[in-house]
Formats: sequence, structure tokens, C-alpha cells
Amino acid sequence: MLMTTDMRKTSESVPVQKSTREIYLPPQRSSITGGGTAHIAAKEFSIYYGEFEAVKKVSVDILSKYVTAIIGPSGCGKSTFLRAINRMNDLIPSCHTTGALLFDGEDIYGKFTDEVLLRKKVGMVFQKPNPFPKSIFDNIAYGPRLHGVNDKKKLMEIVEHSLRKAAIWDEVCDRLDKNALGLSGGQQQRLCVARTLAVEPEVLLLDEPTSALDPKATAKIEDLIQDLRGSYTIMIVTHNMQQASRVSDATLFFYEGVLVEHAPTAQLFTNPKDSITEDYITGRFS
Amino acid sequence: MNIGTRKILDRSFTAVGIGSIVVMALALMIVVVPIVYNGIGAVFFTGTVEHRKMLHAEFKRGDSQELSSEVASSNRYRAKIYDMLTGFEAELETMTPEKKAEYQAKYSQVRTALQALLGPLPGDPEPMLTRFKYGQTRWDKAEEKLHDLLFESKWDNSNPNVMSKEYFVSRAIGFEGTSLVRLFPYVKDNFENMLLPEFTFYWGFITDSSVDSHFFGGIWPEIQGTFFLAIGAMLFAFPLGVIAAVYFTEYAKPGFLNSMLRSANSTLAGVPSIVFGMFGLAFFINTMKVSESKSVIAGALTLAIMILPTIIRAAEEAILAVPKTYREASLSLGSTKWNTIATVILPAALPGILTGGVISLGRAAGETAPIIFTAAVSVGSAIGLADVFSSPTPALSWNIYNLASEHEAATQLRHVQYGMVLALVTIVLLLNLSAIVLRARISKKLKC
Repeated sequence: MLMTTDMRKTSESVPVQKSTREIYLPPQRSSITGGGTAHIAAKEFSIYYGEFEAVKKVSVDILSKYVTAIIGPSGCGKSTFLRAINRMNDLIPSCHTTGALLFDGEDIYGKFTDEVLLRKKVGMVFQKPNPFPKSIFDNIAYGPRLHGVNDKKKLMEIVEHSLRKAAIWDEVCDRLDKNALGLSGGQQQRLCVARTLAVEPEVLLLDEPTSALDPKATAKIEDLIQDLRGSYTIMIVTHNMQQASRVSDATLFFYEGVLVEHAPTAQLFTNPKDSITEDYITGRFS
Repeated sequence: MNIGTRKILDRSFTAVGIGSIVVMALALMIVVVPIVYNGIGAVFFTGTVEHRKMLHAEFKRGDSQELSSEVASSNRYRAKIYDMLTGFEAELETMTPEKKAEYQAKYSQVRTALQALLGPLPGDPEPMLTRFKYGQTRWDKAEEKLHDLLFESKWDNSNPNVMSKEYFVSRAIGFEGTSLVRLFPYVKDNFENMLLPEFTFYWGFITDSSVDSHFFGGIWPEIQGTFFLAIGAMLFAFPLGVIAAVYFTEYAKPGFLNSMLRSANSTLAGVPSIVFGMFGLAFFINTMKVSESKSVIAGALTLAIMILPTIIRAAEEAILAVPKTYREASLSLGSTKWNTIATVILPAALPGILTGGVISLGRAAGETAPIIFTAAVSVGSAIGLADVFSSPTPALSWNIYNLASEHEAATQLRHVQYGMVLALVTIVLLLNLSAIVLRARISKKLKC
């Protein structure tokens, strides 16, 4: 925790690293076990769609305040695993799980778990920007209103704070009452991040947040992740390995539902232990 | 397939498409133009002094002084006719009994024709029915009656192998050699002076009650009854339908029962409306006893049952069309299922739900069969809001049918019937138009 904030300060104090993306280096974290506590932990965790086992007996600790990237070829179960963390898979009737998935030590799929409360703590941003067809203000205020904030002044404070955190305040501050669907794709996605931040989650799940965006908008989202690093536990599913290496501290590599490798990002990309990982990151298959 | 055939196929398809649209448009013209033309004739027409007399007596409308001067001038011309009649009656007394009997029959026909044209003649007893208290109020009808006075209708059935043919014989010929023969040219020449035709804008057609079962007056009770029935039906059917659609799409578990319920709903949408009418009578009035006999509430409930399946289907489609991503977004923010439905799904589905609702509203306003046994009466005054639980009401759809086929003077009241049809078409059109505008406004708000 303390280390994280220090890192951020150093990276900000060196201006070159921020402005030119090519030579930006991820903060080096040598360990995926030390430096933080396990925020999310999977133990022999499997996810089934009907008979099909999409995620197979995954055991992993996701450290608090880390940015963890999940990479792997299409259909390897990485999105399924991510969506299991805030129980979005509940929308699919045939989906069920075995094993344990713990959030702060409590079983996410436990009998008495309140999924509504869980989702408040574990926010999610989806592949395609999905703002509600409401005004920008109402979009951000949607979550806080749900959880009982009705005071206009308080709402305005939350909206501004969230939009600032998502680095979109300057672009939308003069048109908060306009429909959010009028924004560009990249702006919409940052708006979705702001909307998620407005309910003050502890975990931020990003499901391929930049796959529908152009490079410029992608760069902005990546900057945003850098800004949020250290404040939230962030998990990002991505197809883009450069992106994973740029933004994450630790990386999980999934292959056909199996967690093949879990290592600090720098280590996984420079010195993979498994041959399949190496084949994947060097582009032999995708 | 080679490129030549493909192009010919494309073109012939275009031609067939355009052709069918043209046929549709023509059919629409053939239906709508007479309705509009004749319907407007119920409000804008050439009215006679009799119309103004009627308005003054029945609705206390019009300037009394102007009217009395008009009546005086019209009576000056009519007085001469009355003189001729009394003169002829005196002449009759001097004739031989056989001749008298022959002329008496013809003379009573002339009197009847004159009564129809000008109203009661001097010396007639005060008529019981309002329809006989006035002469012809509309110039077009008056001209028809003038023809009836001048000519006697006869049927030529000399040839048994063809249909009988109607032909007209001048009545004047029958009175050759008597004093009455002067009457016919006189009436013809002074016709305008006796009836004083004037272009009339009778706005009261929309706001007046009818007098003597639609002979005079307007159609307000029917319009009001239609609104009561249609809006009453919506009040029951719309909330129920939307709730049922939410249940089907969001809560019901897929399975045998669910699919049975859905297909039952679809079947219900195809049941003929007369069956709903019988059901309404049997269930709401005879079994549930929502009212002693026909009433607005029973009719509205019957119509509600009839339009419910349509509303459910439309709302279901609209809810299913809401992108899944809205649901995910809302749930991921820690929203409960009910909150997601109420704050995200239903607002996004609202345009579709409203469209279905208004189409059903138009259908409820136009249906005749369901209200025959449950709510409609042919003649009645406008009812108060408090009476909807106990009294029946006239309604446009039912009264159009009644005036077209069951009314004792159906042929004389075509203009009223067309007026009602135009009113009904306009109401339904306005409802649909408002739906389109509402939908466009909400959609615009949802898009950006």
C-alpha cells in the first residue's frame, strides 16, 4: 500500500515517462505475494455453462490495490472468470460454479451473500460503452441515488468528484444535462468508469474496456488506469498484450479455462515459465 | 442466376411493390373521401329558416329578433299557400261525392308533402314528436322534399319479365281544372323565399345532445361515451398489461407453464370481439354483477379484457428490445432487479409500450361488438362521471351501426351517420397522432 503511493509519486515526478508512451515502463513489482493482501482469492474455483467447464479449478490470490491483467486467447474463460467476481454470470441461467471464490474472505457464491451489496463493492466496466440513455449527470448519479443519496448538493459533489477521477470532467462539465449517448465512444467509456467510481467500489473490473475504442481513446483509458492505480484493486481483461504490459502489476494467463501462469507482469512478459505462455506472448497463436 | 434475370426480378419486384401501394392508396381514397366529404356536411351545410327555428326552440341559440323577422318574411310567402289550401278545401265541399273522394286522397298526399317540407300547417294539432315540429332544416333535404311535392312516384310493372321501374308524374296534372293547380308553380317559384337558405356552420353538432333520436342536434353524448369507454378500458388494461409483460420477460422461469401462458395470450388476441361482448355480459354483468344491467364500467372492463393481449405483446416486445447492456450496467452498480426494471428497463421501453397502448386505445374506441351487450344504448343523453357505474351510454361505434341499419329513419339521417363516422375516424387518428408525437419526443430524449 505504502509502496504503491510512493511509486506513483516517482512516476509523476519524471515527466518524460508520462508524456511519451513508448518509453513508459511499468512500475516493477517483483512479487505477487508480498506488498499487499489478497483482496480476491479463488480456491479450486470452476465455472460451468451447463455441462461445459469454462473455467477449470483456478486457484489464485488477487492482491489489494494491484492492477492485475488477465490475458489469453479467445474463449479461454478470462471474461467468464472476471464476470464471476461480481456475479454478472447470474444473468445466464445455465451458469453454476464449484469451489470457492472469496472477496475479503467471504464466499462470493455463498448462500447468504447479498449480490447487490457485492456489486456495490465490486464495480464493472464493460467491453462496449453502455451509458444509460439519460443525461450525463443522471448517469453518474444513478448509483448514488440507488444507495440513498438524494441531496442535490451532495449528488453534485459526487458527480464532479467521479468525473474528475475519470479524467473527463473538463470535457463534459458544461453539458452535464445533455444525453450521455451524444458523447464519443472514448468519452462514453470514461463516463462508464466515472459511473462505477461514483458508488465508491473497492474493486474495479474492466472487461476489455478499450476493444471498441480507437487508439487515442485507448491511450486515455490507459492513462486513467494509471491514475487510479493504488486507489482500487483493478482487474483488466485484455486482448492487447502491450496494454497488459503497460498498465498492470501482475498478469494472469488463461488457456482453455486453465490458469497457466500468474506472475509479476515484467517477469511474465520477459521470462515466462510456461512454454504455452511464451508461444502466446510472442504471437505464435492468438 | 445470370445478371439479366436478376435485374428483371428486381425490377418486377419493385413494380409489384409500388403497384400494391398504389392499390392501397386508392382504396383508402375511396373509403376516406366520401367519409370526409359527407361528414363535413353534417357541420357545414346550407341550413333553412327551419333549422334556425329549431336551434332557437331546442337550444336557445340565435338572435330572437333576427329570427322573428326571418320567420315573418317566410310566413308572408307561406300564407298564400295556406290560403290556397283553405280555398281548395272549400271547393271540395262543392264537388260531387265521387269527385270529392278522388281529390281528397290526392289532396291528403299534397298536405303530407307540404308538412314534411314546411312543418305543421295551420290548423294541425301540435305534433308529439319533435321531428314533425319543424320543416326541412337542410336545403339539400328540402329540395328532395320539394320533388316529392311536385311529382308523384309511380311504378311501372307492365312488363313482368323485367324489374319494375320508378317514374314520376307531375301532381299538378291531377289537379287540372281546380284552384289547387296554382299551388305547384307557386311553391316552386317561391321556394327560397319560404325557407331562406343560408350557409350554416353548425358547431353544435359536436357539442349538442341529440333531439328526437338524432333527427336534430348533435352527437356529444356519443363522443363522450366513446371517451369514457376507451379511457376506462385503458385504465384497467394498461397497468395490468405492463405488469404482465414485466412478469413474462423478467420474472417468469422458462418452462411449460410459461409457454402455455404465452400462447394463451396470443390466442386471446385473435378471439373475435363479439365473443368478448358475450363474455362481458355473462361474466361482468350476470356473474360479477358490477352493475344492474348495461353500464359504462361493464363495457370498459369488457374492452379492457379485449385489448389486454395486445398491450401485453407490445410491452413484451418493447422490453425485450432494450439492450442487455443497460441491464448489466445497472446491476453492476449494485441495483436490485426491481430497481433495474423501474429505472432503466421501463423508461427505455416506454416508446414501444406507449405505441402499443395507443393502438389499443384506438381499437377500444372503435369496437362495436363488445359494447352491444355491456354498455351501449342507441339514444341517450351525456352521462356524468358519477354515473359510469350504473348507467349505459351512447357511443360512436354502436350508434353508427344503429343509424346505418336499425334506426326507423335511417335513410333520412345519412348526414348524421357520416358525421359520426368522421368524428370517430378523427378521434382515432388524433390518438394515433399523439402517440407518434409522444413516441418521437421520448425517443429523441433517449437517443441524444
